[in-house]
Amino acid sequence: MPTAANGPGQWSEETAVIESPVLERVLSEALRNGGDFAEVFAEDRTTSSALLDDTRVEELSSGRERGAGIRVVSGETTGFAHTADLSEQGLLRAAEAASAVARGGGGGTRTVALGAPVAPGRGDRPAPTTGSKADALELLGRADEAARAAGGGISQVQAGFGTSTRRVLIANSDGLLTGDEQARTRFSVSCVALGDTGMQTGYETAARTLGFELFDEVSVEELARTAAAQALAKLSARPAPSGELPVVLAGGSGGILFHEACGHGLEADHVVKDASVYAGKVGQLVASPLVTLVDDGTVGSEWGTFGVDDEGRPAQRNVLIQDGVLTDYLWDYLRARKEGRVSSGNGRRQSYRDLPMVRMTNTFLLPGDADAEEIVAQTPRGVYVAKLGGGQVNTATGDFVFGTSMAYLIEDGVITEPLRDANLIGNGPEVLKRIDAVATDFSMTPGTCGKDGQSVPVGCGQATMRLTGVTIGGTAE
Amino acid sequence: MSTVEQEARAGGGTDELLALAERVAGWARTGEAVEVYVARGTETEVRAYEGEVESLTSATSAGIGIRVVTDHRLGFAWAGSLDESVLEGTLAEARDNAAFATADEHVRLAEPDGVPAVEVDLWDDRLADVPTARKIELALDLEARTRAADPRIRTVDSADYGDVSSEAALVSTTGIRSASRRTSGYLSVSVIAGDDDASQTGSGFTVGRGVDGLDPDKAMADAVGRAVRMLGAVKGPSGRSTVVFDRRMATALLSIVSSALSGEAVAKGRSFFAGRIGEQVGHAGLTLVDDPTDPRAYGAAAYDAEGLACRRNALIEGGVLRGFLYDTVSGSRAGVASTGSAVRGGYAGTPGPGCRALTLAPGPEGWDQDGVLAAVGEGLFVQSLTGLHSGVNPISGDFSVGAEGLMIRDGRLAEPVREITVASTLQRMLLALDVVGADVEWLPGIAAGQTLAVGDMQVSGA
Repeated sequence: MPTAANGPGQWSEETAVIESPVLERVLSEALRNGGDFAEVFAEDRTTSSALLDDTRVEELSSGRERGAGIRVVSGETTGFAHTADLSEQGLLRAAEAASAVARGGGGGTRTVALGAPVAPGRGDRPAPTTGSKADALELLGRADEAARAAGGGISQVQAGFGTSTRRVLIANSDGLLTGDEQARTRFSVSCVALGDTGMQTGYETAARTLGFELFDEVSVEELARTAAAQALAKLSARPAPSGELPVVLAGGSGGILFHEACGHGLEADHVVKDASVYAGKVGQLVASPLVTLVDDGTVGSEWGTFGVDDEGRPAQRNVLIQDGVLTDYLWDYLRARKEGRVSSGNGRRQSYRDLPMVRMTNTFLLPGDADAEEIVAQTPRGVYVAKLGGGQVNTATGDFVFGTSMAYLIEDGVITEPLRDANLIGNGPEVLKRIDAVATDFSMTPGTCGKDGQSVPVGCGQATMRLTGVTIGGTAE
Repeated sequence: MSTVEQEARAGGGTDELLALAERVAGWARTGEAVEVYVARGTETEVRAYEGEVESLTSATSAGIGIRVVTDHRLGFAWAGSLDESVLEGTLAEARDNAAFATADEHVRLAEPDGVPAVEVDLWDDRLADVPTARKIELALDLEARTRAADPRIRTVDSADYGDVSSEAALVSTTGIRSASRRTSGYLSVSVIAGDDDASQTGSGFTVGRGVDGLDPDKAMADAVGRAVRMLGAVKGPSGRSTVVFDRRMATALLSIVSSALSGEAVAKGRSFFAGRIGEQVGHAGLTLVDDPTDPRAYGAAAYDAEGLACRRNALIEGGVLRGFLYDTVSGSRAGVASTGSAVRGGYAGTPGPGCRALTLAPGPEGWDQDGVLAAVGEGLFVQSLTGLHSGVNPISGDFSVGAEGLMIRDGRLAEPVREITVASTLQRMLLALDVVGADVEWLPGIAAGQTLAVGDMQVSGA
């Protein structure tokens, strides 16, 4: 069995759910009809979650799945098959199915020899810890109590805990053998407040690439109070304005703007198909000079962090926009190969059942030098977005939306009344040029990114910043 | 329960799944109720790009989800495998989880309620005989004919063929025994029209129970038509306007409304419909029904996710709120029986109440899309909405989404507009929904598509 290549790496005997000689035989089988490249991606995932709702622990759930996806690339064509049967026989059957696309090419026997396993080090990060079911329930109870204590208007509280361990192994016909172990834990609180004007909601979540030690860093009471405060504040919210106004985005969730306004458009799969407004624009000014945008899968324990991507490439830091100038796109193996370069470590997949695609990891705007409070003070009239809830983009047109889940009016440079939820709409390349101030108060926020039916964990981040104008889709005339 | 008929009809692989579920349920201990859900499926997906197969995926999957109720405490566990080695462990884990839940008198498994299941035929035997080469040909052909359809189409970014066959069985110690199986096939295509600086996109699809009946020309025409008619779009004007939602967008709207009709959301004070039974919540002409027994519905089913017969449930009649959808637990909480409306997201999910086949009573004959446009006269026609997850809140009812479409002038589609939002609240929209198309089309999802017009929405643009 392979052993750790470098110190306390994330490779363990348990990671190696399939032995090397078996992998070699499966890869050879996958290439028996020809083909340029074959890969085995094996995954073993365990999850557990608990939900407290309406003051009751309603559901504890545990799950496990393991399986392998086998990919064969032949020219422009990819064959893919997956199986939950990790026996050699099961893997060989999947390899045969995946190889069907490589019709008539090569043939004969091609021997694949795997190299020594490569493991990304954990650095000085400790191994993830686990908590008991009782520990998780205690946290849920504390969150429920804290949310309900925030005010009599809180009519409903739901708190959720979820943790997963994902062990992956990647072996390919280039001889690569590597793996990773990814522990992720999240905790969320959602509140409903009831008042004369109806109901409003608040939601807060903490999620990191950590085990139970997440709760050494995160106070569930604090999350609960924040969620409750949002719901209560919105009870007296007035309708959001309609039309174009300056918008100040608070640090953290405002990073969703970049995820949508340009992040997806910088994914090479869109770019190579000319389905991105950013295609052919490397070296050009695509944003305000205040914008330096980075995608980095190595940052601490952020939600989009990992050791190796789902093609076995170590996570890395990629600068996408430097001082407003587009410097590069995000790449996976397939799209990079076409361009004769290497992957940027952005090949990710939801599970062994899915083909990898170009995906973001942690995408963030580097902080500027303005003062967050000054930015607000220098905005005579506008909208202050304390929290964004999500967004969506059409990469081909660049049009995107992002929705507020806590926003306020800015009047005479002061944050005043809360506003009801609304989407904001803009065009990526236009909005990026309208950033006229970036502060120093950087923070990150976790999210789930959906693309072509696959969801992966990502991080977003920025410091408080201002857009000189963007269309707000409220109901007030 | 008429499970015997269903079992006989489903036949084949579902017998084996029923036997497996029965065996695992048989491991229940005294004093505990156990429900075993087992499912398996096969799928194929072909993506064509520029005359080549970009990817071909073939896969099989299987799994089990087990619920255990002991002393009114519920535990759940699942595994992505039906391998003998995982079965006992999954049951043990569900049992252990139950020990940690809060005891709740309403927590229980479904029991047979005597409602007979309505047979719906969701299985196309012929799908299994379609060779992979034919599936590849369908995707390549769709890609080729879409590329050739219109000189303004710059890129066909994907042209896909896909199919799924799935079988499931559900057995519980409380007397439930049901099995079901279904097949589906689709073709879908998405295109980009125009030059680099003024691109517009469109997509189209066709769905069926198998390969026969798929209509590639419909998918192509829809994708091309939607993209091409948007060429030259500019940011639309702001103001109050009647908004006409095309059939696809109407499906999305009804799906959102459906979450407020969940008996669980109502019981937990998370629906703007809570406490409003018997009140006028919609326009007087509005009648909304969920009827999974309608075989034309994409979400048609004989049995719900707890093994009870699916049935027709009237939710809104003449604009008056008449009822909600319940599974066993939420029904018990509300003091009513399950409406046979449990849904679940596969073996890894637990059941909860939800819609499968929502539809609005159609408007007068002649109200197809053109008829609705003529009736409306002036307004905004929306063919695409974005930000439905970030801008619509089914608890508060706040509604604000990105839109693109065409202006309606003199009862006809006029110039294209983009980068606008439409906003209101779901409550006001239901009251202002005064035109319902007669053009019912069963699109993929949990609701039918019908052209709808909603008065007095706020449009934000230039």
